[in-house]
Amino acid sequence: MNAINSTVRLQFDVDRLRAEFPILRQQIHGRPLVYLDNANTTQKPRAVLEALNHYYLESNANIHRANHLLSERATQAYEGAREKVRRFINARDVEEVIFTRGCTEAINLVAQSFARPRLREDDEILLTHLEHHSNIVPWQIVCEATGARLRVAPISDRGELDLEQLVALMQERTRLVAIAHVSNALGTVLPVGEIVREAHARGIPVLVDGAQAAPHLPVDVQALDCDFYAFSGHKLYGPTGVGALYGKRALLDAMPPYQGGGSMIASVSFEKTTYNTVPYRFEAGTPNIAGVVGFGAAVDFLISCDLDAVRVHEHELLGRATQQLAEIPDLRIIGEAHEKCGVVSFVYDDVHPHDVGTVLDQEGVAVRAGQHCAQPVMDRYGVPATVRASFALYNTAEDVDALVRAVWRVRDLFGA
Amino acid sequence: MSELRDLYQEVILDHNKRPRNFGALEPADRRAIGHNPLCGDKLTVYVRLDGTRVADVRFEGQGCAISKASASMMTEMVKGLSRDDIAALFESFHHLVTAPDAGDEGDHLGKLTVFAGVREYPTRVKCATLSWHTLRAALEDEAPQPVTTE
Ligand SMILES: Cc1ncc(COP(=O)(O)O)c(C=O)c1O
Repeated sequence: MNAINSTVRLQFDVDRLRAEFPILRQQIHGRPLVYLDNANTTQKPRAVLEALNHYYLESNANIHRANHLLSERATQAYEGAREKVRRFINARDVEEVIFTRGCTEAINLVAQSFARPRLREDDEILLTHLEHHSNIVPWQIVCEATGARLRVAPISDRGELDLEQLVALMQERTRLVAIAHVSNALGTVLPVGEIVREAHARGIPVLVDGAQAAPHLPVDVQALDCDFYAFSGHKLYGPTGVGALYGKRALLDAMPPYQGGGSMIASVSFEKTTYNTVPYRFEAGTPNIAGVVGFGAAVDFLISCDLDAVRVHEHELLGRATQQLAEIPDLRIIGEAHEKCGVVSFVYDDVHPHDVGTVLDQEGVAVRAGQHCAQPVMDRYGVPATVRASFALYNTAEDVDALVRAVWRVRDLFGA
Repeated sequence: MSELRDLYQEVILDHNKRPRNFGALEPADRRAIGHNPLCGDKLTVYVRLDGTRVADVRFEGQGCAISKASASMMTEMVKGLSRDDIAALFESFHHLVTAPDAGDEGDHLGKLTVFAGVREYPTRVKCATLSWHTLRAALEDEAPQPVTTE
């Protein structure tokens, strides 16, 4: 870990970084793997794999529950990861970090424990048109239960949010604004800081879905001043099945539990149960301990790569891909926001994205072809689906070139 | 590229570009909607019946080359067939696109054998069979629910 630390800080060395990701070395259909499905999930560096291994080989025990040495080690590793995540997002207080199964569960937790008890008939939750299904459906569920309604701020043809239109929808009955930091389907970066300021000026709390931002942008929840920030470990080089919810302490303290079970209680009798303090109140049952440890290792890894250098590198890849794809006749890029990160989505003539995906896969290029859990975005642009290439710190200019070459192949095959 | 040609045979590309029996059938005796949520494919199959036989069949909707060509070629194959004939044909077709040892149904399936390449692409099996599932739903049920491949 330290070796990477010192080298990478001097110079962003992508070859050196790639060596940390053994999976990238393989061949797919006889060609070198070009992994461009990172917005879906990223590959895992050796440091994360070793942390998982080490945990199971040396420290495995249940946490917070036993007074033997292994349990102490496991608890330390788990709580150590909480502190790493706190530092990563610059939360004030380590108790403001709740471990969840992922971004989806983090949003559901807020929907059920924060929103639902407060919502009355005709109250409103404000979203944008570019949200992922996991930042739509949990709100629909609480709306159904309470008689509240969703309001949706439009996006432009370029995939940008008009801040004024969003602000105009912040009304007396708006109880929460829930917005993506970065769109997974379009790559648009939303002006989250400004949105929070506008919402707070009207007394409205804000949840930020940071699933696509945390791997790419520096996240400082105190600077953003958002009330909740949700993200997943597996999209930032950590294991699947683990994520985090940041919530402001005062809000979390006032929220009822999400699920009942072990660890989330202070005392239980059949007459009365008192709940544990934050964050344990929201972590019922034995959590994904190894996953959390791996998440902590992933955060350490990412920080060691020098986030500013990562950002510059990924931005160059996105620019290169956008420019080269735009030169292909009949190719239409979906999502041309001024500020974008990590993702280029496109459709190619009348060739269905699914067919494009199959051709690319045959060339060793892994992308996602589909609706990206963002059906309203597809409908907005009148496309059944898109092809999406998404970048990570280990991608190279050659990866982009391979993608573009493979798209030209589609043209050969389908004779567009 | 040559492997891809096995999947995307000329006949398939041709039916994709110029689907046969494409567009609504009015009036129709039966109609069913098929949906593959994985890729967003959605198609409607219309059937006019003559007793238990399919007198006419058309489809409309959007989908990938495999699903569109499969629907197009299906409509050509099933006209005039009885419900039982169609069920048997679907079973052979399903075998063709899924079973590793398939290949001896040639006579029976006729030109549908161009879809044999699909079996090398497990994620595309649903594309090839969507129209068939939808046709079956249309034939089995007088008021069919939308079928999905999930
Ligand atoms: C913007 C956005 N929000 C939420 C999610 C849900 O994340 P997860 O499936 O890891 O819970 C994703 C993942 O695809 C996403 O891209």
